[in-house]
Amino acid sequence: MIKVKDINFYYGDFQALKNISIKIKPNTVTAFIGPSGCGKSTFLRLFNRMNDLIPDTRLEGECLIDGKNIYSNSVDVDKLRKNVGMVFQKPNPFPKSIFENVAYGLRVNGTKDKKKIAQRVEESLVSAALWDEVKDKLNKSAFELSGGQQQRLCIARALAVNPSVLLMDEPASALDPISTSKIEELIHQLKENYTIVIVTHNMQQAARVSDKTGFFMLGELIEYSETKKMFLNPEKETTQNYITGRFG
Amino acid sequence: MNQKFKQKAAFFLFRLFSFFIVGILISILGFIVINGISVISWEFLTESPTDGMTSGGIFPAIVGTFYLVIGSLIFAVPLGVMSAIYTTEYAGNGFIVRFIRMMTNNLASVPSIVFGLFGMALFVNKLEFGDSILAGSLTLGLLTLPLIIRTSEEALKAVPDSYRSGSLALGASKLQTIRKVVLPSALPNILTGVILSIGRVSGETAPILFTVAAYFLPNLPQSIFDQAMALPYHLYVLATSGTDLEASRPMAYGTALVLIAIVLIFNLMATFMRQRLNKKFKQN
Repeated sequence: MIKVKDINFYYGDFQALKNISIKIKPNTVTAFIGPSGCGKSTFLRLFNRMNDLIPDTRLEGECLIDGKNIYSNSVDVDKLRKNVGMVFQKPNPFPKSIFENVAYGLRVNGTKDKKKIAQRVEESLVSAALWDEVKDKLNKSAFELSGGQQQRLCIARALAVNPSVLLMDEPASALDPISTSKIEELIHQLKENYTIVIVTHNMQQAARVSDKTGFFMLGELIEYSETKKMFLNPEKETTQNYITGRFG
Repeated sequence: MNQKFKQKAAFFLFRLFSFFIVGILISILGFIVINGISVISWEFLTESPTDGMTSGGIFPAIVGTFYLVIGSLIFAVPLGVMSAIYTTEYAGNGFIVRFIRMMTNNLASVPSIVFGLFGMALFVNKLEFGDSILAGSLTLGLLTLPLIIRTSEEALKAVPDSYRSGSLALGASKLQTIRKVVLPSALPNILTGVILSIGRVSGETAPILFTVAAYFLPNLPQSIFDQAMALPYHLYVLATSGTDLEASRPMAYGTALVLIAIVLIFNLMATFMRQRLNKKFKQN
């Protein structure tokens, strides 16, 4: 369960997020849509505190995951990021073997047992629907995979450390249509075990994969509701205009 | 004069001057090779000088240079790489980092003889290491430090940020990220800098003049507190202060040839590595 209360976020003097409050239920897919620069990616990166890496930023408000405010001083950010995995816009595998890419998160979190690592790597690759394609070349460089395979490898890498939440920042925007549909299929399957939050430029994609959708504009959450309702019968006129393609 | 002619004349000059540079290098190399090749032999490379340095070999000087290269790298590589990690990965881009960069650049432009004097004052006299491999290595290490810092910084900056965020997003700490992802990716480029500095260190004369170099030693150095012979200083001795300058002249050219070959080999290795790496980076 993710609960965001009255979040304001600033890059220097620029306010990127304005007074946002939402709740996200476990084992659902939530999509955030909106025009470029609307704050949806900034919002996504709040959940694993990746915004902390950007200098000169400021946050007001609370973000609770399973009841704990992840911005309280007692929170171990590294542990939080283990629990809240992330997949980036461009596939970013490490310059290591396929196996080592997936094993990386386990190793840095202190797992030493080789059997356990091998088992977890296999499970993760199976969950990411990549196992059959790579099982015979686990020691090959991750760069030998296609873009779509690399992205699924990054998903497997995130799954390996057993997170409860998986954040996806336009995970298919750099991929071809076939790879995209594979990723979308995968999101459907992963929903059983993970809470998924996805940012996308592609409204059809949001409509296809998500249970709930949030529409951002100029740092404000304009509308947040069931995806079906949002696309069939939006409450606000701005939302209507955006999803029918009148601007954006 | 019409424009076309001016243009042609200008390009002719540019071309001439750039060929001129190639010509200088080739004539230096040619001069050294022609004069030095006659004394190069297995004995020359593996024996000590004999008969007042008019015959025999330069083995002790090769060994000394080898020790000095190793010694200076043991000191300069960890120090340089760690400070590069600090400036690129930790310190942001504030006043302190710009100050450190400026100082590093200034350090790079200090004349090498000044390093020699400083090394003598600090390591030889103040810290009482005496004329020794230790003092010479530390002095050469200081000299090459800016080069190592700069190349390491560039190497670290060339590592894509997506590697860093990918690692952090998996719950790795910043230190783990640097150790397991950033450094391994930067290592080949860092090595290029190290190889370049090997070339630099093995050729420098001034820093070792007052800190380690011996005119002639009957035995090879036994510890880091012993003096050593070194190729560049040996060359200087053979050319200016031997017992019989005429007779030791071919030995001097031979020494120069060995020295220049070592430096060139290291530089070629660095170039080769960089090219291979550039190719590798482009694949991603």
